[in-house]
Amino acid sequence: MSVLELTNISKHFGAIQAVNDVSLSLEAGEVVGLMGDNGAGKSTLVKMIAGNFQPSHGTMRMDGKELVLHKPVDARRHGIEIVHQDLALCNNLTAAANVFLGRELRRGFGPLRILDYAGMYKRAGQIFAELKSETRPRDLIRQMSGGQRQAVAIARTRLSDAKIVLMDEPTAAISVRQVAEVLNLIRRLRDQGITVVLISHRMPDVFDVADRVIVLRRGRKVADKRIADSSPVEVTGLITGAIEQV
Amino acid sequence: MAVTLDQTIAQRQHNWLSTLLKSQAFWVFIAIVVACIFLSFATNSFATPKNVYNITRNVTFTAIIALGMTMVIITGGIDLSVGSVLCLCSMMLAVTMHAGWSIEAGIAAAILTALVIGAFNGVLIAYLGFPPFVVTLGMLSIARSLAMVASNNTVVFQFGPDHDKLLALGGGAWVFGIANPVIYTLLLALLTGFILRWTKFGRHLYAIGGNEHAATLTGVPVRMIKVAVYMISALSAGIAGIVETGWLGAVTTNIGAGMELQVIAAAVIGGASLVGGVGTAFGAIVGAALIEVIRNSLGLLGINAFWQGTFIGSCIIIAVAFERVRQLRSTD
Repeated sequence: MSVLELTNISKHFGAIQAVNDVSLSLEAGEVVGLMGDNGAGKSTLVKMIAGNFQPSHGTMRMDGKELVLHKPVDARRHGIEIVHQDLALCNNLTAAANVFLGRELRRGFGPLRILDYAGMYKRAGQIFAELKSETRPRDLIRQMSGGQRQAVAIARTRLSDAKIVLMDEPTAAISVRQVAEVLNLIRRLRDQGITVVLISHRMPDVFDVADRVIVLRRGRKVADKRIADSSPVEVTGLITGAIEQV
Repeated sequence: MAVTLDQTIAQRQHNWLSTLLKSQAFWVFIAIVVACIFLSFATNSFATPKNVYNITRNVTFTAIIALGMTMVIITGGIDLSVGSVLCLCSMMLAVTMHAGWSIEAGIAAAILTALVIGAFNGVLIAYLGFPPFVVTLGMLSIARSLAMVASNNTVVFQFGPDHDKLLALGGGAWVFGIANPVIYTLLLALLTGFILRWTKFGRHLYAIGGNEHAATLTGVPVRMIKVAVYMISALSAGIAGIVETGWLGAVTTNIGAGMELQVIAAAVIGGASLVGGVGTAFGAIVGAALIEVIRNSLGLLGINAFWQGTFIGSCIIIAVAFERVRQLRSTD
């Protein structure tokens, strides 16, 4: 059974049809590459799954039950986490503080509950170890590489029992070595049975890590096939419109 | 890799000594100590109980507001209205007590006034997206004007039945001969330090100053926190106003005029960054203390008081210069 199933989802903003009649399903423990040119509807689609937008038409089902998300917190509660393109990190805080931002651990009772520094350092350290990242909980974000920053943003998704992690262009602005690091992080998430949706412009990354690729063009789904059955040439053709549909 | 998980978790970039040496507030503190030692030898009048009593008490009014201002500055905001809010709160206290109400009623009126003004500033800034500079600049004008309206621009120096209680509150020295305002300041500094270091609220202040967009995306209630922080800032001005009224024994409508600049100077000298995300309660106190020591020592050393602004202004610029040097180093 699929973890998340979208049926005939559409979204329009006034007269603009951003996403048009898209159906797709996500299985547990797979990495799905979501590709398309600028304005193809990738971000709009992902923002509906993350609870930022509500679909104009169509339904979403999670584990067979209908899913209605009014705001991002609802998505989070249903085990859908998003890693934003700009990572949403505070440079002036430590890695652990960023991982727990908005979900700080506290100890004590009632109004006297204080931040549990030791607990947060410990848990953040464990998550970084699970992700096989060299990030240290007490380091400031300011002094970190792009790959380490990604690790911090991804570590956030491990705080709750996430089923689906949406990643918006995680490899857009980092060095080659760090890209390899981030792709490894994605594999770790998959190995733990998490579904990863990877939005990317970078063909090599998608073909390196994804199991399946979905291509959007002008709001419509034009391809949904296994990576093994496709090729970068075909996907490029689908994105640009040289190939109409497969 | 023979590094265990526990070692990684325990790994710090800096030990406590290097953290201390990098802290601006620490160096300002050292500067104060050195200045005090020098002044004790250079003048006969500095290290006298009377003068120390005066200095510590004079520091307090700036220091109390600097605590609130530091919290605002940490979020990347600014509050220019504190001097006028101090005046309005003092006046509310004075007018209420002058009309025959008790000291409790007077204090309640002053605190309520502060909270309403802070909430007004905060809502405009957080929910309607007004720039803090403009909103609080407007409030600077409004609050002082309201103080003039409330008192008909007269001096109030009779505080009704609880007159003596109010004077004792601000002018007394109930514990070991330490001036009461000093005790209040220390308590408020400890409270502020605790909030900044140990509470979720404090953590979120730094997060908002560091990256407001990130704080919003991760579910920090940014708007509510911003309203709260401007209320705290106004409240600190209100508390300073109550204490100062008790100490002076009279309220005029020009009390606290220009104080906002001195308070901001104290916060910045103590290491708060106007860009946001940086600042401590200890810094606010030492910043205020340095300004007062400079002012006091110029008088004692027989230097013309007109030089005061030059010295304080230089301190502000030096403090910002230190910050620039650290930024350049960290971007290397």
